[in-house]
Amino acid sequence: MAISANEVKHVASLAKLEFSDAKLQKFTGQMDQIINMVQQLSEVDTTDVPVTTTVTDAFNVMREDIAVKGTDRELLMENVPERKDGFIKVPAIIDESEEG
Amino acid sequence: MDYFTTDLTSLHEKLVNKDLSVEELTKETFKTIKDRDQQIAAFLALNEEAALKQAKELDQNGIDPANVLAGIPIAIKDNIVTKGLRTTAASKMLENFDPIYDATVMEKLAAAQMINVGKVNMDEFAMGGSTESSAFKVTKNAWDQTKVPGGSSGGSAAAVASGQVLAALGSDTGGSIRQPAAYNGIVGVKPTYGRVSRYGLIAFASSLDQIGPLTRTVKDNAYVLNAISGHDSRDFTSSDREVPDFTQGLDGDIKGMKIAVPKEYFGEGVAKDVKEAIKKAIKTFESLGATVDEVSLPHSKYGVPVYYIIASSEASSNLQRFDGIRYGFRAQDVKNLEDVYVRSRSEGFGDEVKRRIMLGTFSLSAGTYDAFFKKAAQVRTLICQDFAQVFSDYDLILGPTAPTTAYGIGDEINDPITMYMNDILTIPVNLAGLPGMSLPAGFSNGLPIGMQLIAPQFREDTMYKAGYAFEQATDFHKQVPTIGGQN
Amino acid sequence: MNFETTIGLEVHIEMKTNSKAYSPAPVVYGAEPNTNTNVIDWGYPGVLPQLNKGALEYGMRAALALNCEIARDIHFDRKNYFYPDNPKAYQITQAQTPIGHDGWLEIELEDGTKKKIGIEEMHVEEDAGKNTHAGDGYSYVDLNRQGTPLIEIVSKPDIASPEEAYAYLTRLRQIIQFTGVSDVKMEEGSMRADVNISVRPIGSTKFGTKTEMKNLNSFEHVKKGLEYEAKRQERVLLAGGEIQQETRRFDEPSGETILMRVKEGKSDYRYFPEPDLPPIHISDEWVAQVKGSIPEMPDVRRKRYVNDWGITEYDAGVLTQTKEMSDFYEATVAAGADAKLAANWLMGEVSAYLNAQKVELGQTALTPEHLATMIKLIQDETISSKIAKKVFKEIIKNDTEPKAWVEEKGMVQLSDPAKLQPIIDEVLDNNAQSIEDFKNGKDRAVGFLVGNIMKQTHGKANPKVVNKLLMASLKER
Repeated sequence: MAISANEVKHVASLAKLEFSDAKLQKFTGQMDQIINMVQQLSEVDTTDVPVTTTVTDAFNVMREDIAVKGTDRELLMENVPERKDGFIKVPAIIDESEEG
Repeated sequence: MDYFTTDLTSLHEKLVNKDLSVEELTKETFKTIKDRDQQIAAFLALNEEAALKQAKELDQNGIDPANVLAGIPIAIKDNIVTKGLRTTAASKMLENFDPIYDATVMEKLAAAQMINVGKVNMDEFAMGGSTESSAFKVTKNAWDQTKVPGGSSGGSAAAVASGQVLAALGSDTGGSIRQPAAYNGIVGVKPTYGRVSRYGLIAFASSLDQIGPLTRTVKDNAYVLNAISGHDSRDFTSSDREVPDFTQGLDGDIKGMKIAVPKEYFGEGVAKDVKEAIKKAIKTFESLGATVDEVSLPHSKYGVPVYYIIASSEASSNLQRFDGIRYGFRAQDVKNLEDVYVRSRSEGFGDEVKRRIMLGTFSLSAGTYDAFFKKAAQVRTLICQDFAQVFSDYDLILGPTAPTTAYGIGDEINDPITMYMNDILTIPVNLAGLPGMSLPAGFSNGLPIGMQLIAPQFREDTMYKAGYAFEQATDFHKQVPTIGGQN
Repeated sequence: MNFETTIGLEVHIEMKTNSKAYSPAPVVYGAEPNTNTNVIDWGYPGVLPQLNKGALEYGMRAALALNCEIARDIHFDRKNYFYPDNPKAYQITQAQTPIGHDGWLEIELEDGTKKKIGIEEMHVEEDAGKNTHAGDGYSYVDLNRQGTPLIEIVSKPDIASPEEAYAYLTRLRQIIQFTGVSDVKMEEGSMRADVNISVRPIGSTKFGTKTEMKNLNSFEHVKKGLEYEAKRQERVLLAGGEIQQETRRFDEPSGETILMRVKEGKSDYRYFPEPDLPPIHISDEWVAQVKGSIPEMPDVRRKRYVNDWGITEYDAGVLTQTKEMSDFYEATVAAGADAKLAANWLMGEVSAYLNAQKVELGQTALTPEHLATMIKLIQDETISSKIAKKVFKEIIKNDTEPKAWVEEKGMVQLSDPAKLQPIIDEVLDNNAQSIEDFKNGKDRAVGFLVGNIMKQTHGKANPKVVNKLLMASLKER
């Protein structure tokens, strides 16, 4: 078993997803298969092989520190589900200390 | 006007000579879409009012004879952000999303005076190979409406293949332009990573995604790539390399071109009929004066696991912004903040998206990062090195685009691993950031077979040159599907 | 049992760049909510980050000023977590390749001892937006602050007492202020400190379990919070208990730390390299260029004041406490004022005024040029020190040119002996008793006579000249 239902639950909580018990079972089964498949990689010798995390040919790309006026707030707010007085409105945040 | 029997150049000539006005062309296009798309179901939204307005303006101001793309309708995959036109990524999460800005490619198409006629269907958030995971509808293969059109750019491919538009934009992360192009018998190109700006492409896997054109012919494809390529200061991964004119050098002369065929691309997973078609294609290339040798890309088989780890990891992060707070779907009757997050995401995302998010979250987790993400990133280096090795001696790599022809709708939806293996031939190209093209190379039981050409980074010109020569020496691109009895 | 304390400080500093770390939106404080944001700040689908060169260079400046090694090949990483003020649901930071590492700063304690505190690493990242809790069951999010460039500085476990922590923060603020990259004002939020503390029996090689404190509003709170927490931990351990990994907050009224929540293991942020920003190679030339752009640091200035201008060590220390004061002082001297006099005025009258009015130098009307002019008027005896106090009151409140004002108000000191002598003679004529007293050794009589003369001249007489002439006149009487 590459991954247990409990581990799947934990991963789901990190990703802010929830599953019904039936779905959780099915998912765990599929995740198990997928993880088994990707574990093939352990057979490859990667000693001293550097990682590749981008294939862009760009490097040292930066922008000059010049400010550009903000976008019109009304426009930005067009898709907001709940708003008030120019703020985005969300159900109360219980935890005072920020997650970060 | 019949998109089956024309191409950009001839259509452009008609417009310039005023045999046809842009308004007429646009109106005809919408008529065909409304009729034919009832069988194909490629379109999610039509942009009729704005398109006709633009068409009228173009007629008033006149068509620039030097701009082949002026006044030509194009369909846009629905993960490309279009200002003022609903953009959903085929997800319930963005069902009512009205973008307030345009993707860079849309600005470029507008500058080229192409007419956006509507948004086309895809797998949800571009995750899939059959367009079946769309939250809204199932698109059908143009050649057989019981078969999948491929994915994730299934809508783009089917729309072009069914003669509703001459061109469409798609996106390709692991084969999502090339594979549906193969299944639908048309030309699909994923450019070199960085050739086309990703600004405004709803991100799936940031180090793999590219936008590219789907068209009926190689030359048409080159025209569209010309228009959308180029450095963008809003996409730091875009290349500032000069963009050549991709329509140049299409003269059919490929004498001396050195083509490599990896033996791993003829493995046991590849169907017999596909192998046959590609072997015949190799003969065609040889008859055109190219040399074709067998080579090896030893790490090919690891492409799929590497891809699934990296793409899912990047996707799990890219999709975290869909949290029900600033835009997109927010669940009803939420009791607290946690509810907003968990229920909006659980109700807004489909199963395949959730699977990928879960796999990605798992791969990046503190205890598994080294064995999964880091390991995959290391093997990715080896895959890149395989290609570099071959390209030091060869101009082009050739092989089948997909292991089989299009399969039946509903056949594989419950078998993720089989679906993932369909991408085995296209995935390594994204991992290495190379340009890849699929073009028609045969048929089997009435279904198209696609051939893939892979070039070194920024050498789309070689790909176009070879593709054009092959196309002109064959007539696969001239075949036309029968759709519900109508052509 | 005696304990030793280990304190760690993670300080976040907001940079005063023009635009944000990864978007061109303006960095502005106090604006209407969500008016300095764009689609990138909001994390709209399809947007991409744009690295601000100025932010990176400010980060390098700070790293150099803190004696850090500068990393030459850097990239950015994503730190993934959900929070309403975090629109992308990830922060772009530097986890694997911080811009600076293995730096240090030197603190000075009250008893004069100096100690080097190591800096583990420091890196560039972005700030989140602001949540306001309205008590109505809802929170309100303003993304103006989202994306403001931050420097995070992590200390090595060298800080061994709350006093040292206080000194570290003071010194850090001073150094950063002098680099010009931030206003570093805790009360404004441009400097924030998260602290962690653990205790262990003296001699024990294993660090104790640490607790952390966030949202501390001042250096004083940091010190008091740490003092309480150290004692609390000792109490728990002495009673045979265990320290739990907790996040606590400092309660000002009671002076205690209060449990906020228990930390259940470390948060899993799933860091991975940011694919949307290509890597950066920092060349030697670039480092040299940034190094050259750093304004003169307080220690260097201090030495210069002492060696070149003969200012005392103590005074030089006070004058270099803030960059604003130090810059003002140097400009005043550059405008022609005597260095020692200028020092006295700034440390004396000026500082007293700022404290009383609770304002900063920049908020007054005083300019280095005006202060210098006034000091020169004292130097060349155009005005007396007493008059100068009046002049000072004027020029700190209003943008008044002192020389013209002095003349306009007729405050020019009377120094002409030809004019003073008749007045002295008159006063002496009218105060024979005082002359007697003086002759009898009562020195106070001189003061009385001088006072009288000053009154006669409406305070304008030059005291030095008066004294000289008076003594001479008395001798003759």
